[in-house]
Amino acid sequence: MASVLIDIQKLEKKYTLGGGFLQNRPRIVRAVDVIDLQIFEGETLGLVGESGCGKSTLAKLLMRLEEPDGGSVIFKDQDIFSLSPGDLKAYRSRVQMIFQDPYSSLNPRQSAISIIEEPLTIHSISDRKQNREASIRLMTKVGLSSEQAGRYPHEFSGGQRQRIGIARALALQPSLIIADEPVSALDASIQAQILNLLKDLKKDYGLTYLFISHDLNVIRHVSDRIAVMYLGHIVELAGKNDLYREPLHPYTRMLLAAMPSCDLPGKNRDITVRGEAGESDDAGCNFKDRCVYKTDLCKTTKPLLKFYREGGWCACHHAGTI
Amino acid sequence: MQPLLSIENLKTVFSTARGEIRAVDGVSVSLASGQTLGVVGESGCGKTMLALSIMRLLPPNGRVAEGSVLFDGIDLLSLPEADMREKRGSDIAMIFQEPMTSLNPVLRVGDQIAEAIRLHQNVPAKEALARSAELLDEVGIPQPQRRVRDYPHQMSGGMRQRVMIAMAMSCHPRLLLADEPTTALDVTIQAQILSLISSLKEKNNMAVILITHDLGVVAEAAQKVAVMYAGKIVETSDVEKLFSNPLHPYTRGLIESRPSGCSATDGNERLKTIPGTVPSLYELPSGCRFSERCNLAENICRQAQPELVEIDKGHFAACFVAERTVRGIHGIRFN
Repeated sequence: MASVLIDIQKLEKKYTLGGGFLQNRPRIVRAVDVIDLQIFEGETLGLVGESGCGKSTLAKLLMRLEEPDGGSVIFKDQDIFSLSPGDLKAYRSRVQMIFQDPYSSLNPRQSAISIIEEPLTIHSISDRKQNREASIRLMTKVGLSSEQAGRYPHEFSGGQRQRIGIARALALQPSLIIADEPVSALDASIQAQILNLLKDLKKDYGLTYLFISHDLNVIRHVSDRIAVMYLGHIVELAGKNDLYREPLHPYTRMLLAAMPSCDLPGKNRDITVRGEAGESDDAGCNFKDRCVYKTDLCKTTKPLLKFYREGGWCACHHAGTI
Repeated sequence: MQPLLSIENLKTVFSTARGEIRAVDGVSVSLASGQTLGVVGESGCGKTMLALSIMRLLPPNGRVAEGSVLFDGIDLLSLPEADMREKRGSDIAMIFQEPMTSLNPVLRVGDQIAEAIRLHQNVPAKEALARSAELLDEVGIPQPQRRVRDYPHQMSGGMRQRVMIAMAMSCHPRLLLADEPTTALDVTIQAQILSLISSLKEKNNMAVILITHDLGVVAEAAQKVAVMYAGKIVETSDVEKLFSNPLHPYTRGLIESRPSGCSATDGNERLKTIPGTVPSLYELPSGCRFSERCNLAENICRQAQPELVEIDKGHFAACFVAERTVRGIHGIRFN
């Protein structure tokens, strides 16, 4: 078994909404609600969930762009939230991010080459000339040509911009790349190109990915293991083929039933997709209002993530019996 | 059976600082009541401009240069503006991608629906408001009597899209244009909205044009499909045929490059890709617009533009190679 690269322990992040002068009582949103999760070296862990489930907050916590309200993230025997400024800088060179929107994540006033070069300069990797050469190599590696080096982001198409973002993330030779919806802003014919590129790079550089997406088709294609998030919790964690073949959590089943698929035009939906994600619940299961299997137990007790099968975990009182 | 909507050789042009471009270039398509036509294509292929041309709501620099849009036998393009206004919202309704920007943020949703009703029907305000609540109920919004008093920001994205649909349904349209109605929504909400649209279609025997970039959505919700590429329809047929036997290399590429969540993987598969990117409308290739990205392209493809021809019964494609391989003949016409 591969070693653990990142160990997320009881991680928690709450946001307070409203509560200003003359306003109603503040509302607390538990974006990340006590999550335990390990990312193994060399794997692609897919993180899937709908908007507002906390998957981007989790990514921000891992990048230490947000401070947690509890818990820790262990990387190389150290909690990333108690690193010294120097160690934090070193940590950030090990963990890089690829963003969803290739339009807003690149500085429009910087040329492609200087965007890719910037991390090398900031971390003073080597001298100017060598950094420039390394950046050109990266450009060709991600499928851009060196003649395009001096061009600005607006001169590139969406897919090419995403390639620039990927080259920037690779510049410091990180061990973990967090890709937050990296293909959802791209057209269908470009998506496949970028997904193939990410796969090739993983093999060539021995990368580990945390791949965040709402698209179950994409997630299955890229991931080794998949974690399903719902309102701040991980509700199911499984090897990808297990998850699609035999989903344990009712929410996973609903997601799979709702997945548009062109393999079976006009397929019958035997699982009803109903309701909307509300707010997290203090006492019971967060999913109970949308769940057809709910019992009194679900109203009073929060289900915890429990082991069900080799590599398969699920947070549902009735998993395995429904 | 006479189709409800019949578009003939529609050409929509835009004048821009860099010259004139054809966003919709000779599109012909027809649609019967009770049918859903899925129009699928990548950004910039002209699918939205096709819908706006039908509604006559093009931006100021755009105009329809040629062609006709027959709705129930009447050419919408030659109607006086006043008559067209009468049709919009009553006979033909449209819903958009982003339900937040399509609703007025400072008006209660019930009042907004009532406004649409009173614009086309002579009913007292009170009755229109009561009708709004019925409509909200019809589109599956719980507690409609209370929800009519909500402002858009008090509702979720899915609820707002339901309000848009309620507004579109308020005058019993015979044609609904839905432009990426579920793109901004989560997958479980998307499934609910798609099934709502198709049940309303069944109930009211309405025709629907569903514009989307997602082949999965088309497969789920449409009976007929038109695939657009750089302003032209490159393939059209009923949905089963299109997915089981795609004729155009672009359609095939789109279907094959889509990661599938339905089959087991060992993690090493690569996706098939369509090389390159969509050509700019300013620099279109002289022959087939897909020729530069097509691995089957021959000399003829770079010289002449293929026309949309019926290759199999009810299955049209604009591709020289497909035409020859299926029919065994050269059906090339030079322009």
